[in-house]
This record gives sequence, structure tokens and C-alpha cells, in this order.
Amino acid sequence: MDKMNNKEYQKYAEQKIPKPTYFKNIINAFLVGGTICLIGQIIRNILFRFELGEESVASATAIILVFIGSFLTGIGVYDTIGKIGGAGAAIPITGFANSIVAPAMEYKREGLIFGVAAKMFTIAGPVLVYGIGSSVVVGILYLMFTAGR
Amino acid sequence: MEYLIAFVVGGLICVIGQILLDTTKLTPGHILVIFLVIGVALGAIGIYEPLAKFAEAGATVPILGFGHTLSKGAIEGAKSKGLLGAFLGGLEASAGAVAAAILFGYIMAILSYPKTKK
Repeated sequence: MDKMNNKEYQKYAEQKIPKPTYFKNIINAFLVGGTICLIGQIIRNILFRFELGEESVASATAIILVFIGSFLTGIGVYDTIGKIGGAGAAIPITGFANSIVAPAMEYKREGLIFGVAAKMFTIAGPVLVYGIGSSVVVGILYLMFTAGR
Repeated sequence: MEYLIAFVVGGLICVIGQILLDTTKLTPGHILVIFLVIGVALGAIGIYEPLAKFAEAGATVPILGFGHTLSKGAIEGAKSKGLLGAFLGGLEASAGAVAAAILFGYIMAILSYPKTKK
């Protein structure tokens, strides 16, 4: 133990580092992410019964899922779902809602403006910057590539 | 059947995210932004639309679908209103989700308190 050379130590240290449970994480992400999408599909099918158009149904489904995500984060349930599901909980749009509510709750004592309202966008801000920014670029590129036709 | 397809496709998209999360130093925040931009790109080159038609919620619920909605909106805006539409279209198409996230996010953050951790 005392007189290990560098290589031996590295071997020893590697044994002690907990191996991430890749397989279990992947299964959990699949199940949680899949379930959230399944719930989205159920909401979608119910909304189609009201004879809304495709675009209205898509928007309404997103709004309802965002509400569910925010609500479950507020009552502390999404935290647990996130711990189990990992990326399966983060990637659906409910995870986007979670990324807004969680930091806003955390920083509430810093006030309603620079606490809640500012921290809401800790993750949502970058998402909107890159999302909206790149969408405008896509629109302009489309115009450039179709201008000659 | 459509439920099964939504489940499997949505689940697989999340698996890709989980593999990135476990094998790189990226955080869930990074993954969200990267997946969103990938969604915008896949939407722009027209690959995502067939997937969204096939898997419905399995493709539209993950953040990739949010990116797809943005770029689809921007292209449709550009088609109908030109340069102005390129600026308007993305936000118009995704306005519901963004407005809901801001309103519900704010209300829930005001009403609830984080669990005290010991």
C-alpha cells in the first residue's frame, strides 16, 4: 500500500472509482422517456377528438405537458423522476419546464425579479437563445437557397 | 400501435441523451441545448418531419421536436412572408410552449418551496 509506483496507484484508483451503471441508466432513460412520450400521445389523441387542426393540437399538447412538468416540479415529484430517469426525464418538454421551475424555486429568496424571474432562464435562456436564433438563421438560409428558383 | 411507436421512439431518443450524459462531461442543460439545435438542423434539412409523422408524440415531445417546430415555422414564415417571416415564423410556431413555460413556471415557482435537504 505504501510503496506503490504511479502505474500501480492508477490501477488501484481505477478500481475504487464507482463505475457508472451504464446499462441500468439506459434502461431507465428509455422507460421514463418513453412513458412521458406515451402520455403525450394520449393527450394528443384526446385533443384530436375536439376536431382541432394538427398545429393547434401540437401547441395544446406542448402547453399541457409544460403544465404537468411545472406542476410536478413544484410539488417535488419531478426531482424523483429525474433521479431515476436521467436524460429520460430531461429531454422531453416536461424536462424543459422542470429546468425553469427548479432554479426559480431555489432562488426565490433573492426576490421576484432577480430571484425568480431571472433564474427561471438559467437553462431555458440558453435553450431559447440557440433555438430561436438558429431558427431565424434557418429561415434566412431557406430564402438564400430558394432565391434563384 | 401508435402508443407503442411513441413509447419506443421517444425512449430511444432519451437513450441517446443518456449515453451522452454518462460518457461525456455534459450536463442535462448542455444536452437540452444540443438536442434542441440538432432538432432545428434536422427540421431544416427535412429529416425530422417524416419522423414526426411516423412517431407523433414520440418525436414531438422530446426537445428535438421543439427544435423541429422552430425551424419548420421559420421556413414556412419565410415562404409566405419572406425575410420578415424568417424572423416571425419560429417563435410563432412555438409560442404556445414558450408562453406556457413562462407563465406556469413563474406561478409554480411562486407557490412552491424546495424540499429542505438535510
